[in-house]
Amino acid sequence: MSSATSAHSVVEPSATTKRIAGIIVVLYAVITMVPLAWIFMTSFKSPPDSISYPPKVVFTPTLEGYCNLFTTRTRQTPEYIQSLGPPQSICDEITRSRNMVIAGPSNYWPRFTNSMVIAFGSTFLAVFLGTLAAYGFSRFRVPLADDLMFFILSTRMMPPIAVAIPIYLMYRELGLSDTALGMILLYTAVNVSLAVWLLKGFIDEIPREYEEAAMIDGYTRLQAFRKVVLPQATTGIAATAIFCLIFAWNEYAFAVLLTSGSAQTSPPFIPTIIGEGGMDWPAVAAGTTIFLVPILVFTILLRKQLLRGITFGAVRK
Amino acid sequence: MAQIRVENLRKQFGDFAAVEDSTFTVQDGEFLALLGPSGCGKTTTLRMIAGLELPTSGKILLDGEDVTFNRASARDIAFVFQLFALYPHMNVRKNIGFPLLSQGVPKEEIKKRVEETARLLQISHILDRSVSGLAGGDRQRVALGRAIVRRPKCFLMDEPLGTLDAEFREVMVHELRELHNRIHATTVYVTHDQHEAMAMADKIAVMNHGVIEQYGTPQEIYARPVSMYVADFIGSPPMNFLRFKSGLENGATTVELGNVPVRVPQVYAAHEPGELALGVRPEHVRFSDAAPLRGAVYGSEYLGTNQIVSVETAQGLVKARVPANRNFTIGENVGLELNSDKLSLFDCGSGKAIPSSLYAEVNHG
Repeated sequence: MSSATSAHSVVEPSATTKRIAGIIVVLYAVITMVPLAWIFMTSFKSPPDSISYPPKVVFTPTLEGYCNLFTTRTRQTPEYIQSLGPPQSICDEITRSRNMVIAGPSNYWPRFTNSMVIAFGSTFLAVFLGTLAAYGFSRFRVPLADDLMFFILSTRMMPPIAVAIPIYLMYRELGLSDTALGMILLYTAVNVSLAVWLLKGFIDEIPREYEEAAMIDGYTRLQAFRKVVLPQATTGIAATAIFCLIFAWNEYAFAVLLTSGSAQTSPPFIPTIIGEGGMDWPAVAAGTTIFLVPILVFTILLRKQLLRGITFGAVRK
Repeated sequence: MAQIRVENLRKQFGDFAAVEDSTFTVQDGEFLALLGPSGCGKTTTLRMIAGLELPTSGKILLDGEDVTFNRASARDIAFVFQLFALYPHMNVRKNIGFPLLSQGVPKEEIKKRVEETARLLQISHILDRSVSGLAGGDRQRVALGRAIVRRPKCFLMDEPLGTLDAEFREVMVHELRELHNRIHATTVYVTHDQHEAMAMADKIAVMNHGVIEQYGTPQEIYARPVSMYVADFIGSPPMNFLRFKSGLENGATTVELGNVPVRVPQVYAAHEPGELALGVRPEHVRFSDAAPLRGAVYGSEYLGTNQIVSVETAQGLVKARVPANRNFTIGENVGLELNSDKLSLFDCGSGKAIPSSLYAEVNHG
């Protein structure tokens, strides 16, 4: 420990430590990225390439997967196909080369839209209700506050599948089965507990003096909440929204049980693509790739907040 | 500006009475310091005046209007918080203008008044800076700016200098008093620091355990403390207490300390025999070789222009503020002479001052 000869800091990790840490992080990133990269690559493969063994890393990209994802097709005789006019689009051309013609659009976009409506709708509701509840718990003397908070958390303790049957029966009676509203309410109920807990932590960290100052400055409590508390809680709100959105976006168990048609979301829909004429892995991969885009965009937009959210405000300046 | 009247104010938190039966009036344009140790109820009192806490019982009147249960936002008062509570997501200009925005003042007018206020506080150059990078003193001025921009009925300040370092605190004490002299705002200032209170306030209310022990001008409180608590809390070093057992007759002008008679201001009420304390400020003790009250020098602190010499007497330790030019050796036997006109007598049991000619005109709480 010769602090006199080298500028060795007690708190800064040494260069070697940093390098090793860097290598571990990069390795981990690569490992987690491989499945994603594989899905992305598969979505551009032709069906034979997608199931070839050994797996092909170099291949000729084709849009066949995406065409198959967005269309339904029927098999026709080559004579019939020849009798048609010139192909209308690149998908037309690919489909005809497989001795098929496009019969119409697939259900992918409607299902994707369902996912968007349900995930963003429930996220908005959960964060909205969660913010108000968290503010209440944080600022007012709520009777049995600790018990209530525990009760709220306990809704997350059992696996969703345990309550799936009762909810299925309830929803059938209430006419909420296979409706977007039903799914929004369900995901909101699941997410609101997470939202209350996360947001209470964030709001607890905002000193009360700010609202008190605003109230002295002539604002009502609600105005103070909106003009002073909310702007400072944005980090927490953004982080909470991402967590809620990821859950609602990816949720499979409830979706597969409670939706079948008009309100079906993407997660239960994507596997059904396989069934339409053999193992169409490129179409499944294409569906998954597109499915990843919204969450990716949302996460990248809010990545700073997410980072602070994961550390639960520990890196406050 | 306005007069603040607090009547029988009381605040209970569960079983704990934070403020008990406080009554006082702050006249229009007056600067009142609520002084006391932490937990004495001074901040709670201030927060009740502001409307941030509701009293358990009692009344708060602003200019004669009962505002006890009015919302904070409806009282037209300004509050300066200990940690300033500057809104971190707004810059200095927006912070200062925020109270005006709530009143629907037009944008042009807000700009004008914010700039006026900034000039008054000499912070024009930082108006467009973010508040997060400001130094303590500037944050303090911005907080003050936010308070005065609205020209409220009164200012409430909760230890606004508490987080500043000692050197800067002196500067701000000066600035605050100067600001007060310029705008004559009715002010209630909470502090635990007697120097701040003495230097700035027109009136001081000394609080202890939720009760206002004494209310008066700094001079009154210093010269004629109504209780041993006040005498001990104010002054540094605090008042000396020479304890002795005796009774007092109405009209007595001497007390016996051991066997030494000491002349005191005329006592106005007879007192049962019991333990008493003779209170004397350090500056009212002089050394005199011939004096019959004797003690041994225990130590001395040199303070530049003068020194504080501690003397062990039969009645307890006495600190004397004397010129710095004399050297004392520890253990040296010295005689003490007390300034008879300035002596207070206390009943050690109740801690209250015994009425005497010195106290003739004191307002008891």
